[in-house]
Amino acid sequence: MNNPIIKNIIRFVILILIQVLVFNNMNLGGYLHPYIYVMFILLLPVNINRSLLLILSFFAGLTVDYFAGTLGVNAAASVLLAYLRPGTIRLFFGNQEFTSGESVGLKSVGIFGFFKYSVVLVFTHQLLLFYLEVLSFNHFFFTFNKVLLSTGLSTFIIITTMLLFSKRDKK
Amino acid sequence: MRNLFVLLWKNQFFLLFIILETVSIILVTRSYSYHGAMAHNTTNDISGGVFSMYSGVTDYINLKEDNILLAEENANLRNGLKTSFLLTDTQYVFRDSMFRYIPAKVVSNSISKSNNFIMVNKGSKHGIEKEMGVVSTLGVAGIVIGVSKNYSTIMSMLHKNMNISARIKKSGQLVSVTWDSNDYLYGTVTDIPSHIKLTAGDTIVTSGNSLIFQEGIIVGTIVSHNQDSNKKLSKAVLKYITDFGTLNHVYVIKNIMKVEQDSLLNQLVN
Repeated sequence: MNNPIIKNIIRFVILILIQVLVFNNMNLGGYLHPYIYVMFILLLPVNINRSLLLILSFFAGLTVDYFAGTLGVNAAASVLLAYLRPGTIRLFFGNQEFTSGESVGLKSVGIFGFFKYSVVLVFTHQLLLFYLEVLSFNHFFFTFNKVLLSTGLSTFIIITTMLLFSKRDKK
Repeated sequence: MRNLFVLLWKNQFFLLFIILETVSIILVTRSYSYHGAMAHNTTNDISGGVFSMYSGVTDYINLKEDNILLAEENANLRNGLKTSFLLTDTQYVFRDSMFRYIPAKVVSNSISKSNNFIMVNKGSKHGIEKEMGVVSTLGVAGIVIGVSKNYSTIMSMLHKNMNISARIKKSGQLVSVTWDSNDYLYGTVTDIPSHIKLTAGDTIVTSGNSLIFQEGIIVGTIVSHNQDSNKKLSKAVLKYITDFGTLNHVYVIKNIMKVEQDSLLNQLVN
């Protein structure tokens, strides 16, 4: 389990399955649609090759699209998220040293740091995603509401999952 | 030339970003229209298999409501049986059947997106083809847009490109039903002529003009109608009779005469 590649592959499979089977079929009043598979992209190591980051995100998005029948929508949003990720890390944690293979997590940046990092990136992801899905500005405020509420719920689920699965420091 | 390559290599991150975004946007726009969605559907047995495995577990949740709905439908069907009529009724004639219903089970269904799809566990193996109508036990549910060997994908009534030909039941006036309300309970009736005033509770049924649905299947009932005196055609809000939130069993309608009707139409065009 310590091999980062295997760890990320397992994370990818589990997150995509949960996204496709549970969250894509969850119908919360037509407003809320959490996308939690982005956690895979958020948790990739900080020092990962940036082109590889883009390609992995593209495939994660495309896999979700493939199951949801919305080819391209998730792929576009995930690639945007991946493109903004290095800049966001530099902006928030610019003066912090990350060891090789370490990712932005609760242990390295704390819960508030991780909240800032995920809320910004999840917001851009869902902003592009929901407007691409409608492909019009006809229901601009309805869609914007959807973006805000879904970002809130997605971030909440992601952070709760992180808290549940993080190894506690033995002090 | 060498400098150009150096420049490209330096900006490979940005370039790759642009390339991947372009590919994604092309994929999105390709399947945007009704016919695009029909042509570029990704229905296949792999995703179908994953979904049906999962729905095997979650099916039990709605079992009780499903049983009630199916029992009510059975009762309605029994009312139409030959034995339910007086034998002296000589008007009762059996004709050649024109539509055949194929029962199918929903394995995946969304209602909160801008374009919603339903996936069912029957495919080309069971005689399902593209552009067949789909009804729930109560009324219209959607149109088949993608078929694999064992599964098919249905464009739900909750899809921006959905547009079906319908009729106001009491007057016979032709209208269209679309979905642009973002709410999975309500659709929109368009193309209502100015002289017609709808009241809440009026029933909208399929027109039978499109060869996809036969005549008289219920789409929903009118909730409100705003007449605009400046416009010739007005719109009304419709409540779907099908509850898309708990959809579990559907019937795919096979029009046996479709090939004949299509060829007739093609003769007229040529």
